[in-house]
Amino acid sequence: MIINHPILGPRDAAEFTYLGDVSLLNRPDWQAIDAAEQFYEYQYLRENPAGEHRELWYHEQGDRSWLVVTRNTLTHAISKVEMASDAARARGNGK
Amino acid sequence: MTQINRLTGGLIDHSKPLNFSFDGKSYQGYAGDTLASALLANGVRLMGRSFKYHRPRGPLTAGSEEPNAIVELRTGARQEPNTRATTAELFDELIATSQNRWPSLQFDAMAINDRFSNFLTAGFYYKTFMWPAAFWEKVYEPIIRKAAGLGSLSMQDDPDAYDKGFLHCDLLIIGAGPAGLASALTAGRAGANVILADEDYACGGRLNAETFTLDDTDASVWIAATLAELASLPNVRVMTRTTVIGAFDHGIYGAVERVSDHLAIPAPDKPRQILWRIYTKRTVLCAGAIERPIAFENNDRPGIMLASAIRSYANRWAATPAREVAIFTNNDDGHRTAADLTAKGVAISAIIDTRANAPGSTQVEVLAGAQVVNSLGRLGVKQLTVQLADGSMRHVHCEALGVSGGWNPNVHISSHQRGRPEWNTKIAAFIPGKNGPDGLSAAGAAMGVFSTAGALESGMNSTISALQDIGISTKPIKLPKAEDVPVNLQPFWHVKAGKGRAWLDQQNDVTVKDVKLAHRENFRAVEHLKRYTTLGMATDQGKTSNMGGLAIMAELAGKSIPEVGTTIFRPPYTPVAMGALGGRAVGKNFHPTRKTPSHKWAEEQGAVFVEVGNWLRAQWFPKAGETHWRQSVDREVIATRKSVGICDVTTLGKIDVQGADAATYLNRIYCNGFAKLAVGKTRYGLMLREDGIVMDDGTAARLAEGHFVVTTTTANAVSVYRHMEFCRQCLWPDLDVQLISTTESWAQYAVAGPNARKLLQKIVDPEFDISNEAFPFMGCGAITICGGLRARLFRISFSGELAFEIAVPTRYGDALMRRMMDAGKEFDVVPYGTEALGVMRIEKGHATGNELNGTATALNLGMGRMVSKAKDSIGSTLSERTGLNEPDALMQVGLKPVDPSEPVVAGSHLMNKTGDVNAKTDQGYITSAAYSPTLGSSIGLGFLKDGGNRKGEIIRAVNPLKNQEVLLEVVSMHFFDPEGERLRA
Amino acid sequence: MHNLKAITALGGHEAQVDTVHGLTITECPDWAIASVAARMGQEKQLGAAMKKALGITMPKPSKSAGKGGITVFWTGPNQYFVEAPIADNETLANTLADALKRTASVTEQTDGWVRFDVQGAGCSDVFERLCILDTRAMIKGTVSRTSLEHSGCFVMCRTHAYFSVYGPRSTAASIHHGLVTAAKSALG
Repeated sequence: MIINHPILGPRDAAEFTYLGDVSLLNRPDWQAIDAAEQFYEYQYLRENPAGEHRELWYHEQGDRSWLVVTRNTLTHAISKVEMASDAARARGNGK
Repeated sequence: MTQINRLTGGLIDHSKPLNFSFDGKSYQGYAGDTLASALLANGVRLMGRSFKYHRPRGPLTAGSEEPNAIVELRTGARQEPNTRATTAELFDELIATSQNRWPSLQFDAMAINDRFSNFLTAGFYYKTFMWPAAFWEKVYEPIIRKAAGLGSLSMQDDPDAYDKGFLHCDLLIIGAGPAGLASALTAGRAGANVILADEDYACGGRLNAETFTLDDTDASVWIAATLAELASLPNVRVMTRTTVIGAFDHGIYGAVERVSDHLAIPAPDKPRQILWRIYTKRTVLCAGAIERPIAFENNDRPGIMLASAIRSYANRWAATPAREVAIFTNNDDGHRTAADLTAKGVAISAIIDTRANAPGSTQVEVLAGAQVVNSLGRLGVKQLTVQLADGSMRHVHCEALGVSGGWNPNVHISSHQRGRPEWNTKIAAFIPGKNGPDGLSAAGAAMGVFSTAGALESGMNSTISALQDIGISTKPIKLPKAEDVPVNLQPFWHVKAGKGRAWLDQQNDVTVKDVKLAHRENFRAVEHLKRYTTLGMATDQGKTSNMGGLAIMAELAGKSIPEVGTTIFRPPYTPVAMGALGGRAVGKNFHPTRKTPSHKWAEEQGAVFVEVGNWLRAQWFPKAGETHWRQSVDREVIATRKSVGICDVTTLGKIDVQGADAATYLNRIYCNGFAKLAVGKTRYGLMLREDGIVMDDGTAARLAEGHFVVTTTTANAVSVYRHMEFCRQCLWPDLDVQLISTTESWAQYAVAGPNARKLLQKIVDPEFDISNEAFPFMGCGAITICGGLRARLFRISFSGELAFEIAVPTRYGDALMRRMMDAGKEFDVVPYGTEALGVMRIEKGHATGNELNGTATALNLGMGRMVSKAKDSIGSTLSERTGLNEPDALMQVGLKPVDPSEPVVAGSHLMNKTGDVNAKTDQGYITSAAYSPTLGSSIGLGFLKDGGNRKGEIIRAVNPLKNQEVLLEVVSMHFFDPEGERLRA
Repeated sequence: MHNLKAITALGGHEAQVDTVHGLTITECPDWAIASVAARMGQEKQLGAAMKKALGITMPKPSKSAGKGGITVFWTGPNQYFVEAPIADNETLANTLADALKRTASVTEQTDGWVRFDVQGAGCSDVFERLCILDTRAMIKGTVSRTSLEHSGCFVMCRTHAYFSVYGPRSTAASIHHGLVTAAKSALG
């Protein structure tokens, strides 16, 4: 597959390592009342769609950026690639 | 050695004879021959025995779609089974042997199978070999194992090398026939970056096999001119002997270039083959079409071939399978074979044409509305039984029969990625569908456009379209005048008359009867039909047989062919050698080798090395006279604990962590506290996975307020760094922290033992005080050594001795090792390797990867209290789950044999002293074990249920695989110097 | 002045040079490298400080910039490598850290890397056997990091007949073997 890196342009997926669902950006608050339950869902439960999927890839053999890739799990068509740090900030991850 | 069936002309070089042998018999051919064409020219039609029934077989085709003429090429280490004789280029002294027969091709004892064909029908193995059950292992399986398989291996290492490569282009053109050549000219002249690939050694495709003219001249003239122009264009790369094997995602194609297959031996330093990854923006598939046969009883005899193949052999290779040939056809193309053979002086006994309105001929007898219902001639066809239009029977003599059932566009590559071809009624064949790989279009015969004029034009037009898509403006080119005759096909798939077997898939021996059986047994879906009968599952992937099977299933099911559909097409298009897939990553080069800074020095000492991931580490340093590794390892341990030893620990991951928020960041990465670590101090750090399982351990040294050096285990250096970047970029993107790996940048040595300080004081520059008061246990700092070389010193200890780790820029690592060994002479310094390192850390109860095994928590390691509940860190929340904190949870313990002469064996399971031994009574397992020269017995570490409360208990270590049982005492894992006095000296 | 002798990544006291079918592959040990990573929110300030210290404008992604024998190339978002002749710059990391102060984190990387210079008309014929980069289309001054014979390497295009490969130092022998083998295979 070719991943269109937002900074570097198209690169072969072989340069990357795959982590998993973008939901991994949503790390729960350890002090929430139901933190244990939230962390359990965060760690183990996934939608696993047959279709569009947002997922985390790491450009290990390249610039070492983490990216969020929107990929169709049936056709492998990649429709969007963003910097994971941008996606993280967009959902409120900061310090 | 006369070539009795050699003709004149062709594209072979009659002035360059080549010698070769087949099944021990010598023959001659010419440069440009394939093995098959040369054998046919020598009158050899019998080239193999079929897979299941061992029926005598000859070539069906003249190309890579060949099912029958599969031979073993070469001898010795280069011996290669399952090679298609129809594509093997002849070279001088080539040696070939037939396969799948014993004792010989002419007399094959295994042909007895053919007599039991009623019992060996499709799926027979699902219904037989079941009873009696005991017979399976002792009787059936060994027999099947011996009889099964195709070809044999040399059992020697492949002496050749295979490259991998990466190519980039705007347009990839698959196939260099008329469509592909027109495409290449169009794109090349437009300035696009073009790759033109063809599996053949000569470009031209079908033009090489026909007697067509282009612009009223021999086609070879236009081909040569075109190739010359393409060679002159720097933006065009023509790759012959290159099969595009698959269409992968996003415009990535795989291709195998057979650089040296046509040579006896590759030129020095050159590869045998290259596996290319091609990254292209657009692709035009000009892969042509493959002729299909018509099934009839005994249609598989040597000499019965596709009509176009006979034509190819005659026109391109100047060879004929026989001097008297018949034709069986449902279209006009079959007649062309008769005309071309007649022109070359070969007699045509008859043209049997299924069409009632078949065209007549002044030269040859045409039997219109007739069918071939049977053939005779076990080792080669001799005679046909023909049913005429009026129903009467007639015998026709021939020693070869050209069968033409029409043409199937070669849709294979367009149907990778689950694309489905679509049915075209006009040509009664499938053409590429609309949901093929992105950016791929087809042209010429591959698109169902069968005439030469049509192929040229569609090649050009597809290219203009494809390039316009990517913003390259392209002009039409002037195409040569070419034939444009229609095919006039009337679909006719199989002869219904005849009780015997009619062959569909000749390689897997699948017949029309098998398809009928599958239908009767309800395996009617096309994918079930394929797997139940194995139709299309051989190395030729059913290229000449799938269609026939679909047509018959359609008939039986009362459906149209498109309603039955096709099975899924998958790469590779033709078989790929495992060597090509391996490339250069073979043997020692299987992965890159990482060498430590002291590697050269260690080699000089005669060290024995061990692979640790990609690293080579010294495992022990044998001294003269030592014959067993235990002597060396025991000595290294004793000497280090007695005085001083040095070990290269460069391989452990080192990560430089800087920034205003470095401490905050590390405090979240480690489960224990780091926010308040003082500058100049090092601390042991435990890293959990988010699920609470331990990921890795190491140390973090605070060199300055915002500057830490984190260490990891050797094995986890890469994954820990990846995890740390994930946390930094994705979880806390606004923390001011920067990371970079420094594993490679610094050579690092452990200097351990009671005299470690004294040794180091001889090399550390005098302005740096490394006394116990000035540089206590767990201290760290930047220093200089040997008159000003920058270095870092860490007072940490894995061995449990008074120890330091000293780091210098890697280029000085070799010199530093030599200097320290010299400085240490007065202390009897020893180098120690990973084995001694392992013994000493076990003696101290320190965990390594054996204990950090992906299932152990901090609690299991006896470090439960290290997981801070006062802060958020990766894994802390889920580490509190009840399941991970059961009262009888596994706990790390030390283990000592009751009888000191007995071994402690890692991997053994722990059981109570008495009672049953099974999974239910399992108490844990041993993770690490070694002989301890310090304690005089084997010792081990392990996980034991409720181990914290069982000190002093006697338990059993069991290894049922080897019937071992050893009594062990549960002890503290800190076997040696439990108070840590030596550490703090 | 300290008295420890350095060895090269390939383990010799002299740099290794190989010529294969007109292509030279030269080991280049005489370069100091430091990594410079902008601190949070300090990208502009880092640019100014670098301009002041070295007279070099920070390069854009995949690019390099140089002055007076010193080269800066982009390695990742807000991350760069600075390369200088080792003779006068052995403590490059310290010098840069002093000059850049709180605008960046500076780390010594000199001996993390082995540099091989590959020169000759056949450069791209060789690189197409080793890595994914379209070296024929690479613009001068571009630096890309990729996998080269299974090692993560930077490949810098100086001209179409002059490339530099920076790979992990410990893997020098494997990378060198890959370069020489590919040259023998692809050329001549």
